[in-house]
Amino acid sequence: MKKYPQFTDEHEMYRKAVRDYCEKELAPNAEEWEDNRLFPREVFKNMGELGFFGARYPEDVGGSGGDTWYTAVYAEELPRCKMAGLAMAMLVQSDMATPIINEIGSDEQKEEFLAPAIRGEKIAALGVSEPGAGSDVAGIRTTAKKDGDDYIINGQKTWITNGSRADFITLAARTDPDDRYGGISLFLFPTDTPGFAVGNKLEKIGNHCSDTAELFFENCRVPSRYLLGHEGAGFYYIMQNFQGERLVGALTGTAGAQIVVDNTIKYCQEREAFGRPLTGFQVTRHKIVDMETRLEACRTLSYHATDLFDRGLPAQREISMAKLMVGEAAMEVIDQCLQLHGGMGYVEEGPVARAWRDTRLLSIGGGTSEIMKEILSKLMNL
Amino acid sequence: MKILTTVKRVTDPDMKVRIQPDQSGIVTEGVEYKMNSFDEYGVEEAITLKEAHGGEVVVVSIGPGAATKELRTAMAMGADRAILVETDADLDSDAVARVLAEVVGREEPDVIIMGKQAVDSDRSQTPQILGSYLNWPQATFAYKVEIEDGWAVVGREVDGGTATKRIKLPGIISADLRLNEPRYASLPGIMKAKRKPLETLTPDDLGVDIAPKVKVLNYEAPEERGAGEMVDDVDDLINRLKDEARVI
Ligand SMILES: Cc1cc2nc3c(=O)[nH]c(=O)nc-3n(C[C@H](O)[C@H](O)[C@H](O)COP(=O)(O)OP(=O)(O)OC[C@H]3O[C@@H](n4cnc5c(N)ncnc54)[C@H](O)[C@@H]3O)c2cc1C
Repeated sequence: MKKYPQFTDEHEMYRKAVRDYCEKELAPNAEEWEDNRLFPREVFKNMGELGFFGARYPEDVGGSGGDTWYTAVYAEELPRCKMAGLAMAMLVQSDMATPIINEIGSDEQKEEFLAPAIRGEKIAALGVSEPGAGSDVAGIRTTAKKDGDDYIINGQKTWITNGSRADFITLAARTDPDDRYGGISLFLFPTDTPGFAVGNKLEKIGNHCSDTAELFFENCRVPSRYLLGHEGAGFYYIMQNFQGERLVGALTGTAGAQIVVDNTIKYCQEREAFGRPLTGFQVTRHKIVDMETRLEACRTLSYHATDLFDRGLPAQREISMAKLMVGEAAMEVIDQCLQLHGGMGYVEEGPVARAWRDTRLLSIGGGTSEIMKEILSKLMNL
Repeated sequence: MKILTTVKRVTDPDMKVRIQPDQSGIVTEGVEYKMNSFDEYGVEEAITLKEAHGGEVVVVSIGPGAATKELRTAMAMGADRAILVETDADLDSDAVARVLAEVVGREEPDVIIMGKQAVDSDRSQTPQILGSYLNWPQATFAYKVEIEDGWAVVGREVDGGTATKRIKLPGIISADLRLNEPRYASLPGIMKAKRKPLETLTPDDLGVDIAPKVKVLNYEAPEERGAGEMVDDVDDLINRLKDEARVI
């Protein structure tokens, strides 16, 4: 049996709560919500009430003041809902769009945006990527021009998770057109601001129940109290914020793939061919062992990164490696699981098809595998 | 109102039970444990009653030190404090009832809410035996509980339907599975549970001799169930149930 001693009884209790909630309240709706290309808004509210978004946030903003292992538990159990799209939407809410508010936001900003996001009352989105700039974050062109006490925002974002119904966006915009890295700032942008419009919900190959949207900003006026942190420091805040985002990506990706492997093992023990179960063939057993070993390595590296992150030690190297490794391994492992399921792997009613589609995102979203390698090359002084 | 509720740490009912080669018990190696599911309904009801009427919920478990986990879970759901009567012995229902009677003597609750049975031994005896030791009224298999003016009005699941019973408090209620939907422990609840008081006693502290009156001679696995069979139509099904299975 797998045992990881860093998890205490409280962590395990939390694991059970998240798992039960995902398996009983969410998973039974997976087909419907995937077909609808959206899950109901109440899921945010319900998870907020259970305190699931606030694991690491301090108690004065409505969090639980827990350590990063609570975040790990939550990221690992979300895939039990059987929709990576929903898991991603929740992780954007809790660990991608909001941590930076806690780190650098003013008390008023925490009160207005962070606290209601933790309660699940306001839906959060992270607006960085643009049609012309994804990997190249410093290439964004959306502008925020100072006008008296306000900023006027113009431009476009795309591929924004929770984008079609977010109540606010943690938004990156250019405050200085001439300074590539030092000219980007972060804003907390309420989506009821005049001039804001949601374009098409984008059709995707996976993560169907999650809305991914194009967003348009036309002369949107926001008061300067919505500037997050210092003007011009946005690029660095985004890079800092990426650490937690990539860490939960690695943790949830490993756990999601593990569920598929566990199901595949059961399937191979029951499914018979040529008079014996599939596990009766050495080639199958070895394949399963290879997959299990790879995921154990992914998990161990992700846990090592979690440990460093939790201790406040530099973890960019390990987090980038974990994101890179999991992004590739999860995809390949689930592809093998699909193969082991034969036709049952290819049909929608089988237990692999959706995970196979959804997992394709892991090596793209939150920074591509190539970008992880670029970061690591720099860290290694190559 | 003071509400006493009980939880038992049981082997995971979803696992495949294996019997030890010498038939003296089940194999516990590698087995997962959890809170008895009927106790979850009991704990939920206790907390709901407290929310409606005020007061305190005390949760009690009799079992190994590891049962603190189930007690903390009940406190994470909303129970106020816990008592563990620690023992590694496998108690029969009578011993459990006598231990509980002593705890009740100390705590003097207004009402006791228990699961109707534990999903490991499936005996469904403890609430009833406790009722006789305390000489308190009992309403078992509850699907609905209302408390008013020192009385509990309890809707009960009975063979072939339901019945309603009114008992004078203090009394004992045992929970059936339609009673409520147990809440999920919230994360703030889990964090708070860490700081709630948990008292540990032993049967000796309570002066209870837990030597069993019931002796289990041996454990045997039931016969393997054969494969199912598809029948052609309803008439065929009815005939086969009548003539072959002889159940109707
Ligand atoms: C479902 C989904 C949800 C998303 N949610 C959000 C969100 O909520 N918020 C948000 O801001 N963004 C979001 N994104 C955007 C995502 O972060 C970007 O798609 C990702 O960062 C890649 O950027 P890009 O698509 O512009 O690819 P590009 O940057 O155009 O990259 C194209 C290819 O070139 C490679 N490449 C780029 N630069 C280099 C280099 N220097 N060296 C070698 N290879 C390179 C890339 O690795 C990739 O293979 C989401 C995307 C998807 C698909």
